[in-house]
Amino acid sequence: MFKLIKQLTSLATVVAVLFAFTTESMAAKKSKTLKNTQKKGFVRCGVSQGLPGFSNADAAGNWTGVDVDVCRAVAAAVLGDANKVKFTPLSAKERFTALTSGEIDILSRNTTWTLSRDADIGLTFVGVNFYDGQGFMVRKNSGYSSVNDFKDGISACTNLGTTTELNMRDFFNSKGISYEPVTFEKADEVVAAYDAGRCDTYTTDKSGLAAQRIKLSAPDDHIVLPETISKEPLGPVVRQGDSVWEDIVRWSLNVMIEAEEYGVNSANADSMKTSDNPAVKRLVGAEGELGAAFGLDNEWSLRIIKQVGNYGESYKRNIADTGILPDRGPNELWTKGGILYVPPAR
Amino acid sequence: MNFKLNKIIPQLATLLAVILVFGFLTYNAQVNMDNRGIEFGFGFLTQESSFDVQFSLIDYDGSHSYARAYLVGLLNTLLVAFIGIILSTVLGVIVGIARLSPNYLIERTAAWYVEFFRNIPLLLQIFFWYFAALRALPLPQDTEPMFGVFFLTIKGLFVPRFVWENLDIFFYSIIAAIISIIVIRNYARKLQENEGKQLPVFYISIGLFLILPLLTFLVGGVSLNFSIPELEQMSNTSFKYKGGLGIPPELIALTLALGLYTATFIAECVRAGIQGISKGQKEAAASIGLTPNQILKLVIMPQALRIIIPPTTNQYLNLTKNSSLAAAIAYPDLVLIFAGTALMQTGRAIEIVSITMLTYLSISLSISVLMNWYNKKIAIKEK
Repeated sequence: MFKLIKQLTSLATVVAVLFAFTTESMAAKKSKTLKNTQKKGFVRCGVSQGLPGFSNADAAGNWTGVDVDVCRAVAAAVLGDANKVKFTPLSAKERFTALTSGEIDILSRNTTWTLSRDADIGLTFVGVNFYDGQGFMVRKNSGYSSVNDFKDGISACTNLGTTTELNMRDFFNSKGISYEPVTFEKADEVVAAYDAGRCDTYTTDKSGLAAQRIKLSAPDDHIVLPETISKEPLGPVVRQGDSVWEDIVRWSLNVMIEAEEYGVNSANADSMKTSDNPAVKRLVGAEGELGAAFGLDNEWSLRIIKQVGNYGESYKRNIADTGILPDRGPNELWTKGGILYVPPAR
Repeated sequence: MNFKLNKIIPQLATLLAVILVFGFLTYNAQVNMDNRGIEFGFGFLTQESSFDVQFSLIDYDGSHSYARAYLVGLLNTLLVAFIGIILSTVLGVIVGIARLSPNYLIERTAAWYVEFFRNIPLLLQIFFWYFAALRALPLPQDTEPMFGVFFLTIKGLFVPRFVWENLDIFFYSIIAAIISIIVIRNYARKLQENEGKQLPVFYISIGLFLILPLLTFLVGGVSLNFSIPELEQMSNTSFKYKGGLGIPPELIALTLALGLYTATFIAECVRAGIQGISKGQKEAAASIGLTPNQILKLVIMPQALRIIIPPTTNQYLNLTKNSSLAAAIAYPDLVLIFAGTALMQTGRAIEIVSITMLTYLSISLSISVLMNWYNKKIAIKEK
């Protein structure tokens, strides 16, 4: 009797292990984050607390920006509707903890890709949606026309807990200039303090300077100095350990950039199904089985292009037309003299 | 035996529950951190911090370690707490006494002050003092000096810095003065107890305290010079001060806001303490011939302090904890430097937040211990 029970238990264990194994491999294929997202019916996306052009909410609570569009693209691909996104505004300090603790599934918040962030703290960067660099803003009448005019004792306002703080030190140290760093937790307070004259210069990513300048009391009295003191590749981040989800986010972004390269946009996407170019046909889901690799249907990329648009449309809508940075600079396609170059979707 | 067991079992159960809850939380955190590929450890403290700080009491720059950055933040927090406690105590005592003044104007002004400042959220007050001050203060180049040597500008308050020579001898003279004052006080007390004579101890103490250190200037080779801040132009519109000592506007705004806010609560404690002493005490003291000063010092205050100290301790603790709002206005305190920048740069949220919490707990407990000791010292001693 006792032996029988023992045998039955071991049999049950074997069955349980086998069963667990099969469901585990299915889940691995589908991704835990993907499954949870589809169950909830919305993508949980971490964004900034308000950076025009990147992620900014209007009075009605509608979020717009190139960072926001990455999350919308993922929602279009995974859930079929670009509006099914729940945005969580995060400060620079909170952002990584929110992602690693599972409060959000994508962090798309003008976040610089660095080695230590990628390797050290349980994060994975999936790509670059904006090539930026740190610059300095000064008063027009200050007489500073270059960073080489800076002298000992200059005070610089910036955000707390960003790569900016570290670059600033590297920069001033290499120039041998002593400086006074004044660091605030929120961007709005940095702007207010700089505006009041607390600091001689305001330093952050150049796109950020261009965007925040609008908030100053007299934007025309300020200029951004020409020098760029650092590389700031900004991109979306996901948690480490879910490679399928990582691939979905990466390729949602890549598809937007590739669509621009092949001239596919939200207006002509449907008609492109009959294109002669197989690369274009793959992009709009008329050829190949690209979505199956992530456990998605074949029209995932078509939905991204139709609902969110290609990268060029997103840039124009959010950054160029709002007057933040009309010139695309390095964020132009590699075929047009920029450095946007993504692996082929095939 | 049974009786004892009944008493012990609930305590053991509570202890067990506490251990289990903490054990579960630790285990849970560990499992989740493992799942997400986050390591736990304090090794980062010795790494180079590579960020600079605006204002530090000790020598620090980005080439120092995170542990030193922590120390910088801790000292800056203690500085704000220390200045804030002194400011709020002085102001609180004055306002508390003013609320009992027979003068209608003084009494009403004090009452208005208390009602106004204690009913506005502290964070708003900090923002007000900081941004209002920033808007109102002149740029360095437009500043008129006060008394020729103080400059209050948008970039901070610039004051002359002391340049000492043979500072140690000066310190020894102060210690010598304090010791001799204690000796004379003891002698004066004995004299009064034995012979009934009273010495003017107060004036003798002040005299000693002034004369001994002054002597060191004449014979001890001590000298004191001042480094006066001078305006220096960096470009067309940016200026700075050379020499002197710069106090950042963030520190001024924070201590002012904390001091003014907490003083209202301390004022109420003081008022409660004084009103808690019955009128009969004062009348009785007067009837045995004590002077009004002696009545306050020997009869009223010793009793009032017993009522004042415990709630005031709470206010000191509140002030210290409230100083963590500094991060909002860029004053580099423990929260801004350590739980802010250092946390961000290392990503070690659990380690850093625990260290920060333990630090605040230790500061609060130290203040508590100190105040409890003082409270015991002034408590009624039954003979």
